[in-house]
Amino acid sequence: MVELSELKTVGQPNWCPGCGNFPILHSLKQAIVELDLKPHNVVIFSGIGCSSKMPHWVNTYGFHGIHGRSLPIATGARLANNNLTVIAVGGDGDGYGIGIGHFIHAMRRNLDITYIVTNNQVYGLTTGQTSPTSDKGYATKSTPTGVIEMPINPIALAIASGATYISRGFSKEMRHLTKLIADGVRHKGFALVDVLQPCVTFNRKNTYEWFSERVYKLEEIDHDVTNKQTALMKSLEWNDHIPIGLFYKETRLTYEDELPQIAKTPLVKQRIEDIDIRTLMDEFV
Amino acid sequence: MTTGLIFSKVCSRAGLHVFDHIEYPSLIRGGHNTYQVRAEVEEVFSHAKHVDLLVALNKETIDKYKEELAPGGGIIYDGDKIPLSKENLWREDAKLYHVPLLRLSEESGGRRIMVNSVALGASVALINFDFEILSGVLRDVYRGKADETIEFNVRAARLGYDYVKDKGMEQDFGRKLSKVGEKKKILLTGNEAVGLGAIKAGCKFYAAYPMTPSSSILHFIAAQERNFSIVVKHPEDEIAAINMAIGAGFAGVRAMTATSGGGFSLMSEALGLAAMTETPVVIVVCQRPGPSTGLATRTEQGDLRLVLNASQGDFPRFVIAPGDVEECFYKTIEAFNLAERYQCPVIIILDKYLSESHKTAEKFDVSGVKIDRGLLLNDKEIEKIQKFKRYQFTETGISPRSIPSQRRGIFTATGNEHDETGYVSEEINIRIRMMDKRFRKFEQAEREIPEPKLFGSKDAEVTIIAWGSTKGPIKEAMKILNHDGIKANFLQIIYVSPFPKNTVSKIIETSKRTVIVENNKTAQLASLIREKTGKEIEHKILKYDGRQFFPTEIYHGIKEVL
Repeated sequence: MVELSELKTVGQPNWCPGCGNFPILHSLKQAIVELDLKPHNVVIFSGIGCSSKMPHWVNTYGFHGIHGRSLPIATGARLANNNLTVIAVGGDGDGYGIGIGHFIHAMRRNLDITYIVTNNQVYGLTTGQTSPTSDKGYATKSTPTGVIEMPINPIALAIASGATYISRGFSKEMRHLTKLIADGVRHKGFALVDVLQPCVTFNRKNTYEWFSERVYKLEEIDHDVTNKQTALMKSLEWNDHIPIGLFYKETRLTYEDELPQIAKTPLVKQRIEDIDIRTLMDEFV
Repeated sequence: MTTGLIFSKVCSRAGLHVFDHIEYPSLIRGGHNTYQVRAEVEEVFSHAKHVDLLVALNKETIDKYKEELAPGGGIIYDGDKIPLSKENLWREDAKLYHVPLLRLSEESGGRRIMVNSVALGASVALINFDFEILSGVLRDVYRGKADETIEFNVRAARLGYDYVKDKGMEQDFGRKLSKVGEKKKILLTGNEAVGLGAIKAGCKFYAAYPMTPSSSILHFIAAQERNFSIVVKHPEDEIAAINMAIGAGFAGVRAMTATSGGGFSLMSEALGLAAMTETPVVIVVCQRPGPSTGLATRTEQGDLRLVLNASQGDFPRFVIAPGDVEECFYKTIEAFNLAERYQCPVIIILDKYLSESHKTAEKFDVSGVKIDRGLLLNDKEIEKIQKFKRYQFTETGISPRSIPSQRRGIFTATGNEHDETGYVSEEINIRIRMMDKRFRKFEQAEREIPEPKLFGSKDAEVTIIAWGSTKGPIKEAMKILNHDGIKANFLQIIYVSPFPKNTVSKIIETSKRTVIVENNKTAQLASLIREKTGKEIEHKILKYDGRQFFPTEIYHGIKEVL
């Protein structure tokens, strides 16, 4: 049984005091404990941004890559070794901005990856510019007169793109978030956990208080997680009432399931010495 | 395309040496396409300017290539479609062979497209080859298609063959080829040789986004993915392709991607990530002329500086430039070993000419192939280490490597500067030592890479220096120079990075004259040589029209400097 203390690293998170990432980090570790995963069989991938530093603070394997590319790197690793538990983590800029192409394609592929997006609706590490999820009209350093575009709706996008586990958590609801992450990892297929993560330094609008007044749990109402249409309706709620919890879930073959090459043995365990290419070479005669 | 390949295979199976070369525009169908097959008893290394037998499926082909017809050369054409006669003949010596391609194609019972097979039969008859070789190749190439298709093609070819024989045309044509042996050579492109090398090297993960002229590597490996248990991924873009390959390399499998200059530009950032995280990855860059989309289906060597310098910051990378199909095969295997031994990106640079031209070769000898995974430790080896540090400072700069799932090998890879454990660090000392560590690996690599090849005698009047696909035309040009009694030698740079500066410097010093031959505008290798050795190459033969050098162009260029 893995203990929470085993997941601690020498380094300490250097986020701002009160940052919404702390509870997410804790929930992630707690989920690993609850799932009783072996730390050496878990890899956490990330891109660039405040939250993308997270792999350094969980004592599992990690890959802190480049901006927006956590999912392709995770995809390569997952296909190379489908015995690994693969988790990707990053911010809204990383996943819904520069990396949105990979995000959509990873979902339609339905790889067995859990993707946690710490969505604070602002760029933190670069000191407060607009993000793809900033509310319309929100003024930032890069949009001093307010954002003109409509925000991306990641939940609706995920439903449309074919993700098979689509959820939203809230930093302040740690127990609830832990369960969403743990269930996401348990789910066979692409799991999205979008997390409402207040940025205490650069987002003056979408604060803990702002969210607390608005969020409600889908588990506490009569919501059918197998119905795509109602999930889509729920995903459109914002401002006055914001649903958190599991929006949608379905069972579908994963990308890995459809590869006979790795059905028995992961690529990484396959022998590469003495590969016989004679027959293949004969085809060139 | 298939028609030309069939003719190449016919010649190859008859024991001849073959080199073929394709020119086509960036279109799906139509446009002017040519497929040149050169076959000789002696080894051939490139295409040639002169054509002995021109098979013209339209008038445009005759207009475009009539000047290139060798003295006494022949033209097979469909006189029902193309009006040609002794009256409008532009050259006395040209031999015209009217073969009713379309009519015979229709007679065969097949469709119009079988004019190709009729032309093949006619060509084989004209050079006096056995029909059996052709029918054998047709059956092999169309294997898997409907029996009817195969039979129609064989019948169409037979009609073309018989037409020529019945008219006695072959007696009039001076060029003959005959079967010279039974030894089974292989006939393949540079891209296929790279794919074959990757499979032999144990490449288990291949991700690539289609881009001419690299796509045939993707097609080749994808067709073999289940036979050799490889996962092949065609992702959303080149950025995803290289990052997936890096992810697979990090997880412990041999991984590769391929692209052309445009796709490689997109891969730049990830190239640096592989270097910083010390993750092995092999990247094949099949050049085509730029800038931008450039000439999408033509050839050029304009990306040497790009692959040497792409991505921010200073970091070592291997750049290997094979010059023929054998080197494509063996150097690809070596690329995988180097990537793992030195834990860094390895770039193999080709161009369209090498990627897509077929050449005959002896079957590759794989008896000497070794798989070297460097310091990739097994569980037991890691257990023995008191405190495993993925980026440990060592004398060679190469650190022990673990992969996910190894209990004692846990670490986080990062594109940020980091300490020996992999933890992000901006400490001055660590920064300097890490930078030095990464470059120290390359000091060893510089000593370890093979010396560049010098072809020809040491006391030559002129030393040709080049890299990549110009090797073939240069070797052909040397044949002509030799015939003229001119002694030339040829220094082929295969390892561009690390650069073999001492050897190159010495050879330049002792050469009577030096000439660089490059298929680009700015002599990129020449400038690299100056950078690395301080020596200026006196003469430059450059071509940048999107086509490979003809051997005669190099020959004339050399004559000018003598």
